Amino acid sequence: MNALVQARHLTKRYGTTRALDDVGFDIESGRIVGLVGPNGAGKTTALKAILGLTDFEGELTVNGVDPRKDRTKLMEDVCFIADVAVLPRWLRVREAIEFVGGVHPRFSREKCDAFLARTKIAPGMRVRELSKGMIVQLHLALVMAIDAKLLVLDEPTLGLDILYRKSFYETLLGDYFDENKTIIVTTHQIEEIENILTDLMFIQNGRIVLSATMDAVGERYVEVMVGPDKADAARALGPLNERQIFGKSIFLFDGVDKARLAELGELHKPSVADLFVATMKGTYA
Amino acid sequence: MNKLPILLKREYWEHRGGFLWTPVWMTVSILVLTVLGMISAEIFRQRAGVHFNFSLDNVRDSISAKDFAGAGYALDVCQFTFAVLPCVALFFVLFFYLLGALYDDRRDRSVLFWKSLPVSDAATVTSKVLSAMFVAPVIALAVSTLAYLAFVLIVSAWLGLHGLNVLPALAASHPLRTLWHMLLAVPVNALWALPAIGWLLFWSAWSRAKPFLWAVMLPILAVFANAWIGMLGGPHFTGTLDFARILGRLLLSVMPGSWMNSSVAGTLHEWMPNPGMAADGGLLNPDRLLAVLASANLWIGVVAGLALIAAAIWLRGRRIETSV
Repeated sequence: MNALVQARHLTKRYGTTRALDDVGFDIESGRIVGLVGPNGAGKTTALKAILGLTDFEGELTVNGVDPRKDRTKLMEDVCFIADVAVLPRWLRVREAIEFVGGVHPRFSREKCDAFLARTKIAPGMRVRELSKGMIVQLHLALVMAIDAKLLVLDEPTLGLDILYRKSFYETLLGDYFDENKTIIVTTHQIEEIENILTDLMFIQNGRIVLSATMDAVGERYVEVMVGPDKADAARALGPLNERQIFGKSIFLFDGVDKARLAELGELHKPSVADLFVATMKGTYA
Repeated sequence: MNKLPILLKREYWEHRGGFLWTPVWMTVSILVLTVLGMISAEIFRQRAGVHFNFSLDNVRDSISAKDFAGAGYALDVCQFTFAVLPCVALFFVLFFYLLGALYDDRRDRSVLFWKSLPVSDAATVTSKVLSAMFVAPVIALAVSTLAYLAFVLIVSAWLGLHGLNVLPALAASHPLRTLWHMLLAVPVNALWALPAIGWLLFWSAWSRAKPFLWAVMLPILAVFANAWIGMLGGPHFTGTLDFARILGRLLLSVMPGSWMNSSVAGTLHEWMPNPGMAADGGLLNPDRLLAVLASANLWIGVVAGLALIAAAIWLRGRRIETSV
């Protein structure tokens, strides 16, 4: 079966800068993909291309549709939450539900009401009366009531407190996600989502610098905590990164034999955040 | 799945204030002024110690059939006036509604929410065009008709308290005919307004900032530039007035009834069929409306309007946020 999202030679220029530079990737159905990159790396541009919100060069199909050509059809299978608080402030909760139900063939009113019943949101409230966290809850309730194939989340929890952030991802994973659904998510708070991701994509200066499943990432990358006596031996193996903690050095290795590394010190699975920092070294330099 | 009704509903939800409450408050304030007028009349009458002695006999003696016809005509004019005032407000409501229709949601980024749903740009823009052409004017007409009914009830009750029977005057008025003529004027107004609807929507979709300046200053500057170049002897449109008229048409045609040019409009007296006139007289009579519908001016405007609307739909697909 073809991948849900297929990109080949995807390029997007703004003037002379390339927000996307000859990017290619596949996203299979049933995955949760974390698209991670520094500010201005091209994350949002990539998402906009997938959603048909920007023009681009190259080939891109989403659920078999070219997003530039048939957006209306595409959006029956694709949902997105772009940033927080893009719901219009004048809209009432009941109007939002009626509108989405009126234009979306796969919207289930019962599901939406059930999600909202677990929050403090009342049907008569206007969006401008809701807190930032409640707006995201409302948007999530609307989106989760739609039986879509692809859900795109662009910084969905930016500016929310940790309670809302946690419950956002728990709800998403517990009540929404299944093998027929695919989620693409960008966020700067990687540590909060790394345990729910199945795939990881790093993007830097408009290029994909890492694209792998989380399992493969666990196989490839390893961290070793090394005492001062063996530090030089570790450096000789070509680590990606080195940092100091309590007088010991922590080295991050990519694809080095684990048995050999075990001789140097204690092995750890690196966090995505550490991996990210190591990979993106020198981005702003 | 026909999405147009829910899209029109969405426009109404967002602009309830302009579409519904503006005509409601305008007509309600007229009614309040009427009641205040009655109260002060009562108070002055009491203070002056004047006592009217109306009785049905008096009325029968002193009011002739011709007077009732005159009163009926006055009521028709009254009904028409009740509709005219919300129309003046409707101009401002529609003008700013259209200027903001494709701009405000880009400015506050809620366009990203609307665009996350399976609604085509053509359907979105069409719903805004139809709201301006029909939804807002029909609501204004409905409100003004209800207000006129309330006015008749209040005045009848007041006069009734003084023993004057108003039924003959009411029987001599033509509320249904007047309403029907005003209703017929709605599609004529709508077609006449198309170039302005297109013009305002176009700049609304085009602007990254301040659509008002683009839509309004551009035509004004164009007229001035044209006249100035002409003054210096350069190439220009010689008919400065005609040029201004065309641009005025683009900018101001959302004013209901603006197809009545000043030479036809005349006095209010001519607008309504009055007792001395045939039943189908008056400016709003169907024949006059047909004459407007048959004019080249209207159809050239319709073509220009549709072209501008098509451009607005195209822009809606490309200009998404105001900042990028």
